[in-house]
Amino acid sequence: MTDTAHDRISTMINDNDVFLFMKGDPTFPQCGFSSVVAQVMQHLGLKFDSFNVLSDEDVREGVKAFSDWPTIPQLYVKGEFVGGCDIVKEMFQSGELQQLLDDKGIAHN
Amino acid sequence: MAMHADNIIEMIKQAMPGAEVSIEDLAGDGDHYAAKVIYDGFKGKSRVQQHQMVYKALKGKMGGELHALALQTSAPE
Repeated sequence: MTDTAHDRISTMINDNDVFLFMKGDPTFPQCGFSSVVAQVMQHLGLKFDSFNVLSDEDVREGVKAFSDWPTIPQLYVKGEFVGGCDIVKEMFQSGELQQLLDDKGIAHN
Repeated sequence: MAMHADNIIEMIKQAMPGAEVSIEDLAGDGDHYAAKVIYDGFKGKSRVQQHQMVYKALKGKMGGELHALALQTSAPE
């Protein structure tokens, strides 16, 4: 991973309380897994920012090394990696995701 | 590129001795799987760490050869 990709990823996840690396954007996801996570976040009424990894190969590969996680989407809360589609879905269904957001002081539905 | 379910199970079991692995071919295309892994070594690990262990067992195939592997991990009760 290039230093610039690493720095850009750090900036994105630290400047936003909730940040999602995905394929496509929340309005037009270009992958089913990204779509699921975006839907969970929209359902929770979360204010979040996202980055379309299909638009930037450096970030697409960089974020996998950054979190030691081989796939996209990737959700970050307060700069911390929370998980991909399976984990986010599971945490949402069990209420753990809502608990995590409460703990971090992030407003949600 | 697709992978056989048997290969996936074998790779996971090799890296995680004693793990209980079940797998489902979701689309019947050898490319979209769901796996359930129960492993003693998951105790005390976060979900992210548990999934990372499975990805490591698959030696870089996840995200490459293997497009989709929905994962459910847990330690035995």
